[in-house]
Amino acid sequence: MKNMLSKINRKDALTLGVLVAMFLVFFVVLSTGMASNQLKNMIIPMSYYILLAISLNLMVGVLGELSLGHAGFMSVGAYVGCYVAVTLVEKYPSMPLAAYLPIAMVIGGLAAAAFGVIIGIPALRVKGDYLAIVTLAFGEIVRTLVQNMSVFGGALGLDTGDIRPKNTALTLLPFTAAVVILSAILIMNLVRSKHGRSIMAIRDNRIAAEACGINVNFYKVAVFGISAFFAGVAGVLYGHNFTIIKPETFGFNMSIEILVMVVLGGMGSNMLGSVVAAVVLTVLPEILRDFQDYRMLIYSVMLVLIMLFTSAPAFAGIRERLSLGFIKEKLTAKKKAKKKSKEGDGA
Amino acid sequence: MSNRNTIISANGTEMFSPPSNVLIPTRDEGKQPVLDVRGLGIDFGGLRAVDEFTITVGPTEIAGLIGPNGAGKTTVFNLLTNVYKPTRGAILLDGHPTAGKTVAQVNRMGIARTFQNIRLFDQMTVLDNVRVGMGNNIHCNFAESFLRLPRHFKAEKRSTERALELLSIFNMESEAYTLAGNLPYGAQRRLEIIRALATEPKVLLLDEPAAGMNPSETVALMESIRSIRDTFGIAIMLIEHDMNLVMGVCEGIAVLNFGKLIAKGTPDQIKNNEAVIEAYLGRQEKKEA
Ligand SMILES: Nc1ncnc2c1ncn2[C@@H]1O[C@H](COP(=O)(O)OP(=O)(O)O)[C@@H](O)[C@H]1O
Ligand SMILES: [Mg+2]
Repeated sequence: MKNMLSKINRKDALTLGVLVAMFLVFFVVLSTGMASNQLKNMIIPMSYYILLAISLNLMVGVLGELSLGHAGFMSVGAYVGCYVAVTLVEKYPSMPLAAYLPIAMVIGGLAAAAFGVIIGIPALRVKGDYLAIVTLAFGEIVRTLVQNMSVFGGALGLDTGDIRPKNTALTLLPFTAAVVILSAILIMNLVRSKHGRSIMAIRDNRIAAEACGINVNFYKVAVFGISAFFAGVAGVLYGHNFTIIKPETFGFNMSIEILVMVVLGGMGSNMLGSVVAAVVLTVLPEILRDFQDYRMLIYSVMLVLIMLFTSAPAFAGIRERLSLGFIKEKLTAKKKAKKKSKEGDGA
Repeated sequence: MSNRNTIISANGTEMFSPPSNVLIPTRDEGKQPVLDVRGLGIDFGGLRAVDEFTITVGPTEIAGLIGPNGAGKTTVFNLLTNVYKPTRGAILLDGHPTAGKTVAQVNRMGIARTFQNIRLFDQMTVLDNVRVGMGNNIHCNFAESFLRLPRHFKAEKRSTERALELLSIFNMESEAYTLAGNLPYGAQRRLEIIRALATEPKVLLLDEPAAGMNPSETVALMESIRSIRDTFGIAIMLIEHDMNLVMGVCEGIAVLNFGKLIAKGTPDQIKNNEAVIEAYLGRQEKKEA
């Protein structure tokens, strides 16, 4: 653990700090019973959406390939992982969450990763819009397949009720926090390494990357697999939070939702944006429930506004002023000014 | 030695005869050529973009490839780096055929290049651009990166040190943390060369390195091309339209016209070659010469 964090990039350290602080707050409000029912129900979803957003950012922001099938990978993880969990709990009723959840996550993640690689290989032949269509089709195919698989409950969905009664947001939270933080560390470590640079090089200029000796196909398939793995893990978390997993949940809409988080958060090597956007966009629709009929309208308008604010050139000045670097600069400038005036007084 | 004084026009019969040594400087004679290209050719549909391209390049030679626009010069580079699969002919790099290798494998075998239209990793820093080039020789696997095992740190440290060292040779260490896309034009061209060198090539291919540079930048480039050869002990092949640069720095020159080699020789031989003057240099320059 010491090695895993040493010499960490400062932006990554901030991201981790935010994650740790957030989970501490969640833990406090849940364990003291301060949380409203509404908040209670949002905590685990926020967490798996964070995981979904950073894993999709690896694909879209770091590798630069547009994927519209992230919910598909998530569903593979959810079904396979929760099937494993249900089976384990049936066989060994006394098995604790700490034992079956990690097993379910690893198996669910690996199953999703396998799908990632399987879809990644033919996807090498297509780029950009075409790749987006391929991944979109993949998501729909997975959904239809699952709908017709009786082991997974078909259209009725996979009943995870057996594992659910024992697990509340509070019992799931420690594992959720551990998994999200660990996954974030692993993904950020990858990005800030030789391999991360190779992946970003492919994003910036594939032809030049090849000419620098980078095996482009290998890295693309690897990123498909890795990104899908973490989406699968998020799926397992999802499955443990509800009493049933239904195929239609993981439709095109959900993939788009995750993509919106990544885009709003600012694509690229910095994961903080994805984290914040995942939290905001999970909370926002819930808060807007009070507005009933106008909910989706307000949600859409706010999306447009956030988008304008985070990326329109016209707001560049305001963004600059709100950025951490600018605030720091201001503070040090003030300190310096104070120092100077003091020195002035002394003289 | 004797054939250094005659210009041999490339034709089909040369393909299976021993390679001509016209382009190899005296210094490299007797050594195995680093590039031995025989009868290379490619067709695009009906167009013979390159035909019967035969050339040898010595291990520390600076060679030039010139010719009018559309003559097939960049196509030759794309063939040498396996971006295009040749329709005919063979390439030996240090005696090893490159046929069937991927572009990345050819780079690892020892051919690095720059591009006529600059291709940098724009969203990455100058330092990281160079470090990408070092991936061939500084290793750590996925697990070591994920878990930040000791080899990850060793790789990071070594690549940073070496990249800074390379950048300082070209007076660019102060730009190490600038985004490559934000560099001025001349610096971008320089960075492309540094990144190519970072892959530790045996042959460096430069596609119009002086394009868009002002005269003083071009002179500086000429100097650095020589010093790259001396410092790294590698062969350099460059495509260039600036005749002062080509004639000043190249030891052997090949001239391409409509995909065919019309002449090979020393700068003096090329300057006075009738076919070259006709096709490329023009009458004006003959009078001057
Ligand atoms: N991928 C390609 N497909 C079809 N034609 C090509 C391709 N690449 C180059 N050509 C053609 O080959 C000829 C040589 O081009 P090029 O090598 O770029 O010339 P230059 O000597 O100016 O670098 C041109 O007629 C060009 O249109
Ligand atoms: Mg060209």
